[in-house]
Amino acid sequence: MIIFDSVTKRYPNGCMALDEVSFRVEPDELVVISGHTGAGKSTLLKLIPAIERPTSGMVQINEQNVSRMPKRAVPYLRRNIGLVMQENHLLPDRSVYDNILLPLIINGHPQKEAAKRVGAALDLVGLSGREKDFPTGLSGGEQRRLAIARASVNRPSVLIADDPTAHLSPAYASEIAGILRSFNSAGVTVLVATHDIALFGHWSPRQIVLDHGRLVEQ
Amino acid sequence: MRNWLTLHLRAFAYALRRLFGQPFGTLLSVLVMGAALTLPAGGYILRNDIATLMHGMSSKPEISLFLDNEADSAQADAIRRGLQDEPQLASFRFVSRDEALKQLKGSGLGDVLGGIDTNPLPDTFIVTLRGNDPKRFEALLAKMQSWPGVVHVKYDSAWVKRLAALFELARVTALGLSVLLGLPLLAVTLNTAVRLQILAQKDEIEVSRLLGATNRFIRRPFYWFGVLQGTLSGLVALAAVWAGTHALAIPVVKVGETYGIKIALSSPNWKESLAIVAIAAALGWLGTAVSVRRHLGWF
Repeated sequence: MIIFDSVTKRYPNGCMALDEVSFRVEPDELVVISGHTGAGKSTLLKLIPAIERPTSGMVQINEQNVSRMPKRAVPYLRRNIGLVMQENHLLPDRSVYDNILLPLIINGHPQKEAAKRVGAALDLVGLSGREKDFPTGLSGGEQRRLAIARASVNRPSVLIADDPTAHLSPAYASEIAGILRSFNSAGVTVLVATHDIALFGHWSPRQIVLDHGRLVEQ
Repeated sequence: MRNWLTLHLRAFAYALRRLFGQPFGTLLSVLVMGAALTLPAGGYILRNDIATLMHGMSSKPEISLFLDNEADSAQADAIRRGLQDEPQLASFRFVSRDEALKQLKGSGLGDVLGGIDTNPLPDTFIVTLRGNDPKRFEALLAKMQSWPGVVHVKYDSAWVKRLAALFELARVTALGLSVLLGLPLLAVTLNTAVRLQILAQKDEIEVSRLLGATNRFIRRPFYWFGVLQGTLSGLVALAAVWAGTHALAIPVVKVGETYGIKIALSSPNWKESLAIVAIAAALGWLGTAVSVRRHLGWF
């Protein structure tokens, strides 16, 4: 369960990104966060894995208060959260296989099990057979799928995707939405920040709408 | 435990890849660090040679115990026993007054005694000392002076003191210069190498942090990188010291011969070689640890 309780985030330059935002996401929910550019969607998502810390208020995930979490505990929190950021953050000098393997190495998985998991993640996102390729050799849609595979290979309980369909053709965007939906069906809590609500609309997800940092609809 | 080992093996393999992935850069860094380490390593080896030389030279000074002309054979025997019981002596020999006179005449100085009917020379014990501590020698001298039958003890303590001070100065200067010049150069080179590595892996560090990597996980390959660079630099330094001692061995012996001193430059033995490489590896680790802590704060 994810809880935002009167969360405010003001950046050092004075920009108010979130203003007294409160909501609750139940386990297994698929939540779409929408709003205009600069509404605070990305900031909201970054607060969950403690990439950013709130100025005031409380962010809680699986009964852990992230707002007050000590720095040394943050890595362990992140291992249970799948992150698909706007920039894919793929490592260009590592193969597709090694990119997906990285979270498993960090988590200390035995080699055999890690290999199985990487194989399963590749199957899930439709990149089987591309293990030895490098990210630069993949299309935009494939790179995004690779980022999703890496985010999910640790079997996180929460998956966060920040504008995962940006700059993708409708066909690729639809594929990505389908993959995220399948994760949700498997019991993963999914939060997606997007401009393209219609893509997820036919699954009737819960929608949180932000406007200039304020929550205007949920 | 197995997981810990696996993580270290991965980090080690990764560090190896990074090290040999840029062979030219690695070669330059290792050569500079090796040169920096050569100074203290060479200084250490030289320090050992100087200590050996000091020991060898200070054993040469002799003490002459001149006996009273009235001293009887019982007193001479008592002095002999006293010398035999003295652990600080390497050896001693007795020169009788007749023998001394014979030697004097044999040396061509017999005319000095012209007109003197009796033999004015005393019985003498010539004593060779063990060790190289002038302070202890002085205590020994005072003790010998008090023995019955001994009228005079002759010992050139100032010469030994001067020599010991000279060698001590050389030893400290060699070591101090090595440390002052070598270690900062090593620290600067290592810091630069690690900083460049961190900058080159900036994206990877950021991604790893997003994926839940701890600081320890991120630092581990850098530590191994430092240890490997240190080890290679240690080997370069060792090779340089070996080459240096071999190249200088004959000229140093020749210089020593002109002063009547036996000097030999020794190459590092296997224990010293191992110590040089191990210390270099430890310095590599230490330098990297400091550098990584400082620079990883950027991300």
